[in-house]
Amino acid sequence: MDNSVCNVGHTSMADEALFQFLHNEVIQYVNTTESGETENGRCVSKLENMGFRVGQGLIERFTKDTARFKDELDVMKFICKDFWTCVFKKQIDNLRTNHQGIYVLQDNKFRLLTQLSAGKQYLENAPKYLAFTCGLVRGALSNLGVKSIVTAEVSVMPACKFQVMIQKM
Amino acid sequence: MAVCVAVIAKENYPLYIRSVPTQNELKFHYTVHTSLDVVEEKVSAVGKALPDQRELYLGLLYPTEDYKVYGYVTNSKVKFVIVVDSSNTSLRDNEIRSMFRKLHSSFTDVMCNPFYNPGDTIQSKSFDSIVSAMMVQSS
Repeated sequence: MDNSVCNVGHTSMADEALFQFLHNEVIQYVNTTESGETENGRCVSKLENMGFRVGQGLIERFTKDTARFKDELDVMKFICKDFWTCVFKKQIDNLRTNHQGIYVLQDNKFRLLTQLSAGKQYLENAPKYLAFTCGLVRGALSNLGVKSIVTAEVSVMPACKFQVMIQKM
Repeated sequence: MAVCVAVIAKENYPLYIRSVPTQNELKFHYTVHTSLDVVEEKVSAVGKALPDQRELYLGLLYPTEDYKVYGYVTNSKVKFVIVVDSSNTSLRDNEIRSMFRKLHSSFTDVMCNPFYNPGDTIQSKSFDSIVSAMMVQSS
């Protein structure tokens, strides 16, 4: 993902497809190198770590020309709007918080899941397709000085919830 | 223009520091180190103060007898410090600002380099040459 992804006005459909294909291939690759029932967790954490590094780099680029953030909520809004638009071509549909360090980001049509069947059949495979994004968010936040744990949850297929738990230092 | 350029990590340890070879290097290390307190002060004032102070460029941190120290903090809390010779009065605020901008974009490129580990000291040649250009302009 290079700088051009950021220019929403100039994006083509090709960009979008390429990211999805690459993402799918990465999952396939990691999955084959870490095969076996017990290795599933390792596969997810490997993808998560990949996302973490990418998130760190991306946020550095995206926040280059933005004003300094006021607080944690300001940061979360940036992730939901600008960051999500740059990576997934849409904003987060719903952001909720308990004002005590827990944020729930809901995406009703999460792009990396849209190519999967909407039924229950592939539900158990969903975590693999969300691990990278969890890492992405965690990496972005960590580079902005917010340490967190990010988990994802799917109940009906293209919709997805990311829970961000901020770790107070 | 610049006599010393430094990049300081989130956790306040140097990622990169370079000064003109003709002068006492240690002195600049001290100058940059001292400036971090002023940076901290300015950054923590953000939020309470006016909205226009949310800019990444912090402006003049403090002048000493021989030098002027300027600061810039990215959103990821990485600090850039540029030390300029006081005798250079022709230097305008805008020029300093554009130096920081250049430094920031180059730093972003370093961060996005897959071979760079975030938190390591910067050893990029292109970053080096950007900094060199800033120092050459001075003489």
